[in-house]
Amino acid sequence: MTINMGPQHPSTHGVLRVALELDGETIVACKPIIGYLHTGMEKQAEYKTYTQSIPQTDRMDYISPMSNNLAFCLAAEKILGVEPPARVQAIRVLLAELTRISSHAVWMGTHAIDIGALTVFWYTFREREKVLSIYDHVAGARMTSSYFRVGGLSRDIPEGFLDRCEKFVDEMPAHIDEYESLLTKNPIWIARTQGVALLSAKDAVAWGVTGPSLRGSGVNYDIRKAEPYSGYDTYQFDVPVGRDGDAYSRYVVRCAEMRESVKIAKQAIQRIRELGEFGPYRVRDFKYVLPPKEEVKTSMEALIHHFKIVAHGFFPPVGEAYSAVEAPKGELGFYMVSDGSPRPWRMKVRSPSFINLQALPLMVQGRMIADVIAAIGSIDIVLGEVDR
Amino acid sequence: MPLTPERVEQKLRERFPGLAFERQVGEAVRDYTLIVPADSLVEICTFLRDDAELDFGMLPWMGGADYLPRVPRFETIYNLLSLSNALRFTLKVRIGDEQPRVPSVVGVWPTANWHERETYDFYGIEFTGHPDLTRILLPDEWQGWPLRKDSPLGYEEVAFTHNTPNRILPSPALKKLAPKKVKYRAQ
Repeated sequence: MTINMGPQHPSTHGVLRVALELDGETIVACKPIIGYLHTGMEKQAEYKTYTQSIPQTDRMDYISPMSNNLAFCLAAEKILGVEPPARVQAIRVLLAELTRISSHAVWMGTHAIDIGALTVFWYTFREREKVLSIYDHVAGARMTSSYFRVGGLSRDIPEGFLDRCEKFVDEMPAHIDEYESLLTKNPIWIARTQGVALLSAKDAVAWGVTGPSLRGSGVNYDIRKAEPYSGYDTYQFDVPVGRDGDAYSRYVVRCAEMRESVKIAKQAIQRIRELGEFGPYRVRDFKYVLPPKEEVKTSMEALIHHFKIVAHGFFPPVGEAYSAVEAPKGELGFYMVSDGSPRPWRMKVRSPSFINLQALPLMVQGRMIADVIAAIGSIDIVLGEVDR
Repeated sequence: MPLTPERVEQKLRERFPGLAFERQVGEAVRDYTLIVPADSLVEICTFLRDDAELDFGMLPWMGGADYLPRVPRFETIYNLLSLSNALRFTLKVRIGDEQPRVPSVVGVWPTANWHERETYDFYGIEFTGHPDLTRILLPDEWQGWPLRKDSPLGYEEVAFTHNTPNRILPSPALKKLAPKKVKYRAQ
């Protein structure tokens, strides 16, 4: 028998259709069918300037907009050959780690709901809401933040922002304990996730799986350690690695990752304080980056640069670059080709959800239908990013 | 000694002496990129994956690109990752305009399956030996290859009475029922 799970199934986190070939309740074959949310972002990027593409990236993985902004900006900065000041990098790291906490919180709540544990959702979304308020405070938007710019930030951090972040990260470990007390030793949770959605380390590598799903299978690979960006090599943190490659070890990895993120965020806050709570928030390279508004009003040169960049966009050198970050869901990378014009000739998104989803048939072959739901939840996909 | 991309290129040249490898150079080409002939792509990839020193076990992504006025027009790009060396290496294949065709690397890295389907979907590049080369993100009945440079961005026109001849206008009788316009006056 063949049945379609989705495209309107609540546990598919968007519009995903999974065609299941069944023998009784056992899955013989599984084929994910995607594309329902395709919006042609890669084509649209070719018709937009680099800055105009940043709001598009928010809408890919809408659970973690800051990581998407960061990946895009780093790729563009790689082509330009500019590096933002240390203070900007620390702010970026702080926000990227808060994003990771929020994304994992959303994942934990929804994954638990899929499996039948409704309570966890109310706890995790409480903290997620706090992160969204922090986005609102710093960028003016709760979900589609578009806060980072090529070469820096859109504006400086507001007053009281660091105190607010500090309060959040100080409280967070106790909240993670709360989540864990609901799930980690819960017999139903263990029965539903342990030994389910198995993915061996060898398969995970061959299928290009990245992020917590790869580390859950026991492969110690984290881009923050392997190819550090934004100064991640100067922060003290561990990379949690799972053992069994099942849904439960992915859960354990993500829980531990939230704790590590708290550690990194604390260090980042301290670093921003040392470098000055207020200060330069963009590179002073006015060929590519907007000058500060105060200078635009007082200096002729700055006004000309401002006008040129706003009217035409900046003109990067001819070339191409690929840059990846460790997004909450895995390796998120942008490949950009510049032909010297203000619009990229080609922009390719390497989205982690798209590639992690491809490994779904491996995890559910020969198992029950209920395990498909646990498997989809455990690889943490967002369909906006799968279809782009 | 950590593995360098230069060493990878040197090993490739030693292993495939007759082949024409070309390193991509340019003002802002930031990644080490080697252009390889399409015919030997699968052997090259298998060698890169299986060699104990190189160990490129993972293909994080592959994709296509269209450089329209240029000949050869298309490119497929393969981003390789060696986990043990924490090193990336980029391969490129250049393909002509007529019947663009590249051997599939699904046999080397199974993850290439969806990537190749996506590239086929966007550019119409055919991957020979691919087990299931169908559209993936676009609907099956879609005509054309949207990411080609000669394919316009396209948009849907907003329907007005002047551009939609068959549009049925609301009957005058209904106008009476429409909410009355309210004029607001500044206080």
